[in-house]
Amino acid sequence: MDKRNEALIDLLYQCADDDLLVSFRGSEWLGLAPHIEADVAFSSITQNTMGHAVYFYRLLQELGEGDVDVLAHERPAVKRRNAVYLEKRNGDGQYDEDPYFDWALAVVRGYFYETYKRVKLISFTNSSYEPLATCAKRILPEQRYHLAYWEEWMKQLQQSSPTAKEKIRTRIEEAWSLSLDLVDFGQYEQTLLIEGYINDPNELKQQWLSELQSKVKDLPTRPLEQVKNGRNGEHTKDLDEALTTLSEVYRTDPVAQW
Amino acid sequence: MYHYLEHQKGSKTNEDPILYDNFMQRIENGDKIEANDWMPAEYRDTLIKLISMHGISEIMGALPEKEWVPKAPSLERKLAIMAKVQDEMGHGQLLLRVTEDLMKPYGRNRQHLMEDLLSGRLKFHNVFHMPTKTWADAGMVGWLVDGAAIISQTNMLDASYGPYQRALQRICKEEVFHAQHGESIIMALAEGTEDQRKILQDSLNRWWPSLLMFFGPASAETTGSSKQEITIKYNIRKSTNEELRQAFLDKYMPRVFSLGLTVPDETMHYDDVQEKWIYQQPDWNEFKLIIQNKGPRSKARLKVREIAYSNNSWVREALAVAGGDRP
Repeated sequence: MDKRNEALIDLLYQCADDDLLVSFRGSEWLGLAPHIEADVAFSSITQNTMGHAVYFYRLLQELGEGDVDVLAHERPAVKRRNAVYLEKRNGDGQYDEDPYFDWALAVVRGYFYETYKRVKLISFTNSSYEPLATCAKRILPEQRYHLAYWEEWMKQLQQSSPTAKEKIRTRIEEAWSLSLDLVDFGQYEQTLLIEGYINDPNELKQQWLSELQSKVKDLPTRPLEQVKNGRNGEHTKDLDEALTTLSEVYRTDPVAQW
Repeated sequence: MYHYLEHQKGSKTNEDPILYDNFMQRIENGDKIEANDWMPAEYRDTLIKLISMHGISEIMGALPEKEWVPKAPSLERKLAIMAKVQDEMGHGQLLLRVTEDLMKPYGRNRQHLMEDLLSGRLKFHNVFHMPTKTWADAGMVGWLVDGAAIISQTNMLDASYGPYQRALQRICKEEVFHAQHGESIIMALAEGTEDQRKILQDSLNRWWPSLLMFFGPASAETTGSSKQEITIKYNIRKSTNEELRQAFLDKYMPRVFSLGLTVPDETMHYDDVQEKWIYQQPDWNEFKLIIQNKGPRSKARLKVREIAYSNNSWVREALAVAGGDRP
């Protein structure tokens, strides 16, 4: 496979795996949000986001990578390209037994991710890889509402009780320490740029940060950090657990029709 | 999803006879009663009990299926079951709003209902106290539990209380999709590998008593008292619990058999002379225990709900401080 193709495939895995993990964490929240209206709205976002993962896996399928369900369910952690912050557990406990999930994490992660995703998708609309540009144009209209939703939560909670402010502040600090790989394009970054698949990653990062700065109070002034780089297949045990759960039934018989 | 008729002593009708007669006349004429219309306390209380249990059962009913949402075996199934559970939450929201309007004169709201659920005062439907052990159970809940729900809700599509009747119209339409979603999972398993067929049959065996119990006991003698007479008197529902159960068996037994499945009841058959299904009664004592939150998963599901409620209390407090609309 030539390097151009390898780079493109790697990029598509980053997009697909990001959306898969975000929607997996969202699906664990189902039925547990602070009120029913939030539950219904969050679930719509989660379904759309899983739909986006499917778009990206389909592009990979078209490039000969295999069936979308194989790609979503069978690849080991080391092959996954999602950013590490997105695999982080929703809080403590298990979703079906003792879900001590943290809504502040859901809000901060939702807002940070959707803000970046918007910047990234807009840049993809002029990608030299036509199917990616088309995909981005299809996703952008509904993704606007996802971002607006989390932005409203951020705004309300940051203007609210001392507890809420503190919880959001802590989760922002945490996001800052974990999300540098979100704006990374991995080992093929140069090729992706030269081929015109993506725009300049530094520019995207700056756009993202200035978007955050214009909306969020008390952002850290230090540079973004990461503990591992998910774009290179480095992950935490949270991803292993997530993969075990999301493929639990599938793995009982991967060739069966379900 | 849904509820059988709750056991409750009827409130005493001690109403203004003229208002009461006018009210009953409206009911008999097929008029719809609206939230702000005069209504006898017995009618209001019966509706509150019925609809709050229905609404809270939708919300508790999301939990057993939700257990399978992150685990569903393909992306398409994950999406479908997520949408389905979201619908159930939406039904819960719709119904709790209807209940809230009815409770307004008593100064009670949704938070009180949630507290009543957690304290055990407000019951939820017997089926949602049961464990889900395999993916086949996710299909079974969609296929037969929602199938049973459609039958009992269709029974109230012309209910005399307008806000409930309109909510049911919408809910029933969505429930039809849910039953199709469940049937699709079941069909894939029935046409699948030996192991898939095995988990399917096993699931039906385990769910069978709960499905019979779904419609509630045939008469008040079985479990103490029943509200079916009151709800029929006020034209909230039409058929009795047993009539609904027979309608369920009429619809689903042929489908069960055509898939090559069996039910764990050797006496089950259709009696041409009596024109009804003959079946072995489920253990109604167990039913009584289940609806007192002593079923196999009652405590665990209430615990999940309790954790979600208390763990998010800071968010509700924060929204109250922010004073804006709920996002």
